[in-house]
Amino acid sequence: MTISLTVDEIHRLYEKGDATPSEIVRAALDRIEESQSSLNAYLTVSRESALKRAETLDSGIRDAVRVLPLAGIPVAIKDNMCTEGVRTTCGSRILGNYIPPYTATAVKQLEAAGAIIVGKTNLDEFAMGSSTENSAYGPVRNPVNTDYVPGGSSGGSAVAVAAGHVPISLGSDTGGSIRQPASYCGIVGLKPTYGRVSRYGLVAFASSLDQIGPFARNVRDAARALSAISGRDVHDSTSAPVSAPDYLAALTGDVKGLRVGVPAECFGEGLDAEVKERVEAGIARLRERGAEVVDVSLPHSRYVVSVYYIIATAEASSNLARFDGVRYGYRTQQARTLSDMYRRTRDEGFGAEVKRRIMLGTFVLSSGYYDAYYEKAQRVRAMLVRDFDSAFEKCDVIATPTAPTPAFKLGEKSDDPLAMYLNDIYTVTINLAGLPGVSVPCGETRAGLPVGLQLIGSHFDEARLLNAACALE
Amino acid sequence: MKEGWEAVIGLEVHAQLRTESKIFCGCSTAFGDEPNANTCPVCLGLPGALPVLNRRVVEYAAQAALALGLRINTESIFSRKNYFYPDLPKGYQISQYDRPFSEHGAVEAPTTERDEAGHPQEWRLKHFGITRAHIEEDAGKSVHDIGDPGKSYVNLNRSGTPLLEIVSEPDFRSSWEAYDYVGFLRRTLQYIGVCDGNMEEGSLRCDANVSVRRTGAEKFGTKAEIKNLNSLRFLQRAIDYEIDRQIALIEAGGEVVQETRLWNEREAKTYSMRSKEDAHDYRYFPEPDLPPLEVAAEWVETVRAGLPELPEARRRRFIGEYGLSVDDAFTLTGQRELADYYEAVVKASGNSRAAANWVLSELLRELKSGGIDITGSKVRAEHLGALIKLIEDSTISGKIAKDVFADMVATGKAPEEIVREKGLVQITDLGAIEKIVAEVIAANPKQLEAYRAGKTALLGFFVGQVMKASGGKANPQAVNEILKAHLEAEGR
Repeated sequence: MTISLTVDEIHRLYEKGDATPSEIVRAALDRIEESQSSLNAYLTVSRESALKRAETLDSGIRDAVRVLPLAGIPVAIKDNMCTEGVRTTCGSRILGNYIPPYTATAVKQLEAAGAIIVGKTNLDEFAMGSSTENSAYGPVRNPVNTDYVPGGSSGGSAVAVAAGHVPISLGSDTGGSIRQPASYCGIVGLKPTYGRVSRYGLVAFASSLDQIGPFARNVRDAARALSAISGRDVHDSTSAPVSAPDYLAALTGDVKGLRVGVPAECFGEGLDAEVKERVEAGIARLRERGAEVVDVSLPHSRYVVSVYYIIATAEASSNLARFDGVRYGYRTQQARTLSDMYRRTRDEGFGAEVKRRIMLGTFVLSSGYYDAYYEKAQRVRAMLVRDFDSAFEKCDVIATPTAPTPAFKLGEKSDDPLAMYLNDIYTVTINLAGLPGVSVPCGETRAGLPVGLQLIGSHFDEARLLNAACALE
Repeated sequence: MKEGWEAVIGLEVHAQLRTESKIFCGCSTAFGDEPNANTCPVCLGLPGALPVLNRRVVEYAAQAALALGLRINTESIFSRKNYFYPDLPKGYQISQYDRPFSEHGAVEAPTTERDEAGHPQEWRLKHFGITRAHIEEDAGKSVHDIGDPGKSYVNLNRSGTPLLEIVSEPDFRSSWEAYDYVGFLRRTLQYIGVCDGNMEEGSLRCDANVSVRRTGAEKFGTKAEIKNLNSLRFLQRAIDYEIDRQIALIEAGGEVVQETRLWNEREAKTYSMRSKEDAHDYRYFPEPDLPPLEVAAEWVETVRAGLPELPEARRRRFIGEYGLSVDDAFTLTGQRELADYYEAVVKASGNSRAAANWVLSELLRELKSGGIDITGSKVRAEHLGALIKLIEDSTISGKIAKDVFADMVATGKAPEEIVREKGLVQITDLGAIEKIVAEVIAANPKQLEAYRAGKTALLGFFVGQVMKASGGKANPQAVNEILKAHLEAEGR
């Protein structure tokens, strides 16, 4: 049985009695296991627990689909979200044996909505990367063409959906880690407004930028997943006390009168010609459906990559200090003194990209450099927020490419961190501004690689954002 | 201090706020529980866990800040102080840095130098500036002296305990000023109930920044920081040692280096822990997991209105209102419960001086010998007040009162009850006293003769006999007068 199905399709099977959660989940697990050698999308497959949970749902599933929005739906979780009793590695050697004693709020919410977790997905170590080549457990490959990267850092979760294993997966997005892989794999990827989804249990990379969000094959399923994981969490002081509407109900597909802002800054130098063409065609489709396209400006766009890599690495250098070999995770076997233990544990436990970012972040926060880097970056960040505030006076959503190029080949940028960082140029902005953004497929290149269009909404305006995205499908 | 030199001292006091649960999670703050029993993902610094500020911590911090004359900032910011240590589970401490909870405070604290024997000289009030007081979390504890000598252990029960760090201006010129100031802070925080002040258990810890300069010099000397002084006595001794060390060093042609030092009580010395070169770069930056702490001005006023009268103000009031001596007022206001008790005795007895005498001499002595606190006193304040009244209205004598008091201590009964049960009501019936006097005189002819021969000191003997014969119940004043009248009248 193939399960390249949407939630609606699976629910129809359940309602008609044509399938049971056990059958759907077993099919998903079989496909996952078949794909592992070629795609390497999972770090842990929870076959037993998933089947057990599916069985408990089997008999009552017809009723369950009416009350639980994700009843009997297999889902995959990026392996940087804590799952009680299930290894959570963050794609790092340093957490290779780490089993959390609690479950992340967003994962709990997904389960409460009826979802069944089939596995934990591969990622760039600690979510640091744009290609999922930085995992200590090997790179993930793009199911569209396995010579290509799936994007990152949530590469495994993107592939889980793109390869048809599950209709929904969770990723985390700090600078584009949901939207860029969604774009590379030809699926929908949503980064909610900062504070929309609880971060409790998400292993922090950059706390002021991190946000959990869903991957799905269509906007409806993304909306469904967002409804399930949204809301105030008493365990996360940065989660917003803003109630979440029914995002599914907002999807009318009607965009008449919607003002779509197009910032010239995002269509200039460095943008692949084919990507530009596809994205402009996507914007034209919105216009055909009655949307009004307006020019907007984001004058501080050219600083975003620098600002992002200062703030993100600064926070990361502090967030990753807890991995010291003292209480949990990997500890070197050969240290003689405390400082030696720290040094060797972290040297042996972290990969090259993580070390690079810890060093960069430590540097920008150190005394004598703080003002020149971190402090200045925060000031520019504030200007960026103002750029968006004025842009949103003229429009309701903003359209840009998700990434400047389609997926690249494995190894193509591994030796050039700067080129890799520049890949984030259109996505990091909205993390800095805390805005919601969604990448929607808008065709493919002549080589058959998917292209994504990014729509950006104003704070907590996911309903309108998703509706606009819906109109592009 | 050596002639020609002046010390400049600044103090950082860490006061543990006595909340039931920790600052960023619901774990208990109880002291002495099984190691690592009071921990959870948050205070263990597990991956993905996030801090949530305990509201009670803000309340306590606000009470403390207001009691120390600090201005509470309407918005303050939590920052991360980054350093590696095994008992610091996140690799950073959540503290406050460039926008602290409160700033610009000061106290007027009584202080005095002590002589060689440690006796206070002349008490005076001195103004000590307080730069800031900010909220932060405590780290855990590393344990090196148990089990396998090759291993160290970490106990994270204390991790996440709320602290208020109170940073003073460099306003202290002697170790005794520092001693008196920290004692004052401790009393004040205990008084308003936000810190138990237990220095042995680490509820109050102190770091001292010490430098010396030639008298009259304007520039401060290079300072050394002495860390983790966990008793007032250590603080005072460590500062004195450090002052002497620095003066000797400079006079010998050396230079003080900026460094962190530790006090070793056994050797009575400070020794270097790390130099400025090795000093940590804490890489402070705003804590992204916590929004700015916003405090409404109206709320601050509510807290202010709810504060009890502070010990210094109360001490002054006791002197003015109750006519107490400075020392008595000092002792009585040292503990809030004691001051409350005293005022209740005053209210019940209507006699503030007698109340002070009974509380300070009789009651405190009894409590001390029983090893109990005023809050555990069996003698209720109203009962002590009633006892004083019984003396005042001559129902019982002062001597009988002491016996009654001893019974009150033992049984907790009301004095009236004890007096009634034991038939201790004073004899004020003059006829009855005259009868006893006549009997006593008749029974002691030799003494009578001696008295009449001019040995009037024998009056005391007769008083004693009369009191004895009355079972101690005769009104002593009446006994005196009647005896004198009889002894002298018959002598003529």
